[in-house]
Amino acid sequence: MIPNRFAHFTRNRVIRAGLSVAAVALLGACHADVLQPSGDVAAQQRDLLVAATLLMLLIIIPVMVLTVIVAWRYRESNEEATYLPDWDHSTALELVIWSAPLLIIICLGAITWLGTHTLDPYRPIARLDKGQAVPANAQPLEVDVVAMDWKWLFFYPQYGVATVNQLALPTDRPIAFKITSTSIMNSFYIPALAGQIYAMPGMETKLHAVLNDTGTFNGFSANYSGAGFSGMHFKTLGLDAGGFDQWIGKVKSSGLQLSNANYYKLEKPSENVKPIAFSAYAPGLYDRILNECTHPGEPCVADQMKADMMKDMRGESPRSPAPVNVTGPGTIGNAEGALFKSPQEKGEGKNVGEPPAPGTPGNIKPSDQKNRGMS
Amino acid sequence: MTTSDLAKIIFGRLSLESIPYHEPILIGTFIGVAIGGIAVLGAITYFKWWGYLWKEWLTSVDHKRIGVMYIVLAIIMLLRGFSDALMMRAQQALSFGDNQGFLPAHHYDQVFTAHGVIMIFFVAMPLVIGLMNFVVPLQIGARDVAFPFLNNFSFWMTVSGVILTMLSLFIGEYARTGWLAYPPLSNLAYSPDVGVDYWIWGLQLSGIGTLLSGVNFVTTIVKMRAPGMTMMKLPVFTWTALVTNVLIVAAFPILTAVLAMLTVDRYLGFHFFTNTMGGNPMMYINLIWIWGHPEVYILILPAFGVFSEVVPTFTGKRLFGYTSMVYATVVIAILSYLVWLHHFFTMGSGASVNSFFGITTMIISIPTGAKIFNWLFTMYRGRIRYELPMMWTVAFMLTFVIGGMTGVMLAVPPADFVLHNSLFLIAHFHNVIIGGVLFGMFAGINYWFPKVFGFKLDRTWGVRSFWLWVIGFWFAFAPLYVLGLMGVTRRLRHFDDPTLHPFFIVAAFGALLIAGGIACMLMQFFVSIRDREKLKVGGDPWNGRSLEWSTTSPPPQYNFAFTPVVHDLDAWWDMKARGAEHPTSGYHAIHMPKNTATGVVLGVLATAFGFAMIWYMWWLAAISFVAMIGYAIFHTFNYDRDYYIPAEEVARTEGHRTPAVATQG
Repeated sequence: MIPNRFAHFTRNRVIRAGLSVAAVALLGACHADVLQPSGDVAAQQRDLLVAATLLMLLIIIPVMVLTVIVAWRYRESNEEATYLPDWDHSTALELVIWSAPLLIIICLGAITWLGTHTLDPYRPIARLDKGQAVPANAQPLEVDVVAMDWKWLFFYPQYGVATVNQLALPTDRPIAFKITSTSIMNSFYIPALAGQIYAMPGMETKLHAVLNDTGTFNGFSANYSGAGFSGMHFKTLGLDAGGFDQWIGKVKSSGLQLSNANYYKLEKPSENVKPIAFSAYAPGLYDRILNECTHPGEPCVADQMKADMMKDMRGESPRSPAPVNVTGPGTIGNAEGALFKSPQEKGEGKNVGEPPAPGTPGNIKPSDQKNRGMS
Repeated sequence: MTTSDLAKIIFGRLSLESIPYHEPILIGTFIGVAIGGIAVLGAITYFKWWGYLWKEWLTSVDHKRIGVMYIVLAIIMLLRGFSDALMMRAQQALSFGDNQGFLPAHHYDQVFTAHGVIMIFFVAMPLVIGLMNFVVPLQIGARDVAFPFLNNFSFWMTVSGVILTMLSLFIGEYARTGWLAYPPLSNLAYSPDVGVDYWIWGLQLSGIGTLLSGVNFVTTIVKMRAPGMTMMKLPVFTWTALVTNVLIVAAFPILTAVLAMLTVDRYLGFHFFTNTMGGNPMMYINLIWIWGHPEVYILILPAFGVFSEVVPTFTGKRLFGYTSMVYATVVIAILSYLVWLHHFFTMGSGASVNSFFGITTMIISIPTGAKIFNWLFTMYRGRIRYELPMMWTVAFMLTFVIGGMTGVMLAVPPADFVLHNSLFLIAHFHNVIIGGVLFGMFAGINYWFPKVFGFKLDRTWGVRSFWLWVIGFWFAFAPLYVLGLMGVTRRLRHFDDPTLHPFFIVAAFGALLIAGGIACMLMQFFVSIRDREKLKVGGDPWNGRSLEWSTTSPPPQYNFAFTPVVHDLDAWWDMKARGAEHPTSGYHAIHMPKNTATGVVLGVLATAFGFAMIWYMWWLAAISFVAMIGYAIFHTFNYDRDYYIPAEEVARTEGHRTPAVATQG
């Protein structure tokens, strides 16, 4: 009986090993971004995925093998097999079947707790690559990402440029994304770089990552957002530092500006949009998108919240109009929307008071760290 | 007032434009449905079955009949839901590079939404509820459920939801939002058409039916068990049914509420889930999954129950670890409320929140794993007869563990960041829903069919269907696992990367194999009905263990002439072992509930109300709503709702049974 069992076991192992080799070969032929990423964050996520899989295979493989063996051995026609119709309990076995998975889950739980905290997308990255810490003087590249219907808008606030459906990232430099959306919920995902995070209107999510390889990678929305969803993808160019500066220079010389007027055009739903480069953009445009006040007359969310807070404190009805984007969109270089003025500058409205002290509720940015402990 | 104003008042936003006569696929479907429908209606008329159908089925309050109707409904809807799946597979296999496939976004997006909604709400749910309806009262030795009329009403509310969903094919359109209709996409601002309204009202009506079923079954199982059947002698299927219905009662009100909030957002301009004015779409996503995750267990637990019945029966052996099985079920039910956030780790919650929900999710795999081991050790040292139900069970065990493993992979938040919304996720949940729920329901149907109709299902076609399903499943979903690991996301209509193409072709081939499996299954029903005389069986064809096998096949209307007394978990096995005999005299008249048309009437009115709300026909909505409430009140004044089956008739029915129970097979 024992050799027989072993025969099954090894045969299954051989088949399994063969299958996994075949799978790897198949995957190798294509670019399996998730399994062979080009960014350190995605690589760590992949490692975690593989570790979890191996841990579980410790129990899954024996279960599957045992199932096949038992199902075959105790078939009706096998008269030699023991038949114990009333055997229905064994404390020792019960202990094993509850504790073996429990042990695996304890290990996996520990890995999960650590991995989730170290790979929290909001946490600035601690290393550029395995064994390569972030240099003390490293200046992270900031990219503000906006999901639109149905394209991606990227702001480079440190360079004053913006692009549509094309993202260029320097290698081995920390990148800090801030992400929002104009209307529908999307998910910002470049598999080769790092895991995804939702892009939601009126809210800001964050992602920290680093790209280690040069090359061209796919980026897309990973959350269905309507008719143009399939075409909502972009190429991510991984460039070395010099190449990235050249690229910025090229964008700067494109001549096209993302003025408010151009933004209103861009805002209209469109599908399969070709990359566009803007050498400049209306200042504060990202913050106005985030606060849903790109159009004149729209109250900015942050101001609205502040105003409601003040009125609450004074015991007034909370729903009277808040400060709005009264100055209009303005032109480039002169875009002083409501968002950018201190309350004193807006005149003596009775709904305008002193700004609350820092740290008071309502005086925090949307999706501030403080909000994240709540689901 | 112009004519068009008048038309708007009468028809709301319904006009000739709403009929999609410019869509050839829909026209073709409509012609097919129309021809099929006319043929069926014609046959019913020709054979003069209307009276029989009305008196014996549609108005029936008999739990066995209602159970059968649920399952028939589920099989019909499986055909619809599967057609959607075939269309998706075909579109994704074709739409590469310059080829845009045959479905424009407008149509494709409806197809995947409808597929998800139909498969969960109108296939899996009716299968589960239908099976519980048929089996639970028989297993606990009861004559019917606690509230027989309510049961009929629940069924017709489910049918209302089905009718509205199917109407959207030919009048207007269905939602283009994905099966859970996340806002802001499902807000009026971004989905102004009738699609989301069809979705809302279809689910709201059928959800009410499901909730009432839940109330009914919890009451039935808690209050109507045969004497001697303590909770720890309850057959495992009934245990899982109890837990599932507790989950239904606790979870479905959340669905009702979240749908109601979306409704007032859309109809009255509220701001629960809008982008502006303080609305928060994240709240919707939380709420819908607080219902949605328990819903997954509502589906899978009864399937676990089926396996727990099938394995002991076909191994001829007591279930291993009954107590741990029961506790595992209850633990799963409790944990199912503590994991909802794992559906959106990527929404930006803090690491501690994500870890908490990730780890609770993993913990569920412990009781689930214990169940797998329990079935395994039940088979160990048994005498396994490979009848169809047992084949489905072994296939389930081998398939489901893989689905469980990929589920735990997705529960690790950083791993979920790379796999969320990918085809890996799609493969995972199909792995557990097909490999778990559906295989379980197929096992259950093959297992209890002889009890329902008195003849077995044909084995040859059953085996063909089995292999096509199992192999087809792996062909269809293994490529999806691979594609997910390549970073391909779900719900895409078109692809640029040609290296993905082979995988989609293999997946489409798998879908075709499954289509063959479904065809063989229909053939199995057809052949079995044709050869029913040859396949005829007695009350206990499988050498069963629980009480349902102590009745005749099909059971008499009143189930049990005498309430059985239970001494053992395997009550019927125990009776057979102790040589119990059927009584041959001393029958009493049996008190039974009368059939009623109220369920049908309320169902029709609810459908009209839903339709009117969808199309903004306010007058019709008002009338049908008032009529619905009015008729329900009117029904409460109907005192002629029960009757007695005379003792002589019971004696006659029971008369042709042999007294010795052991020879019943």
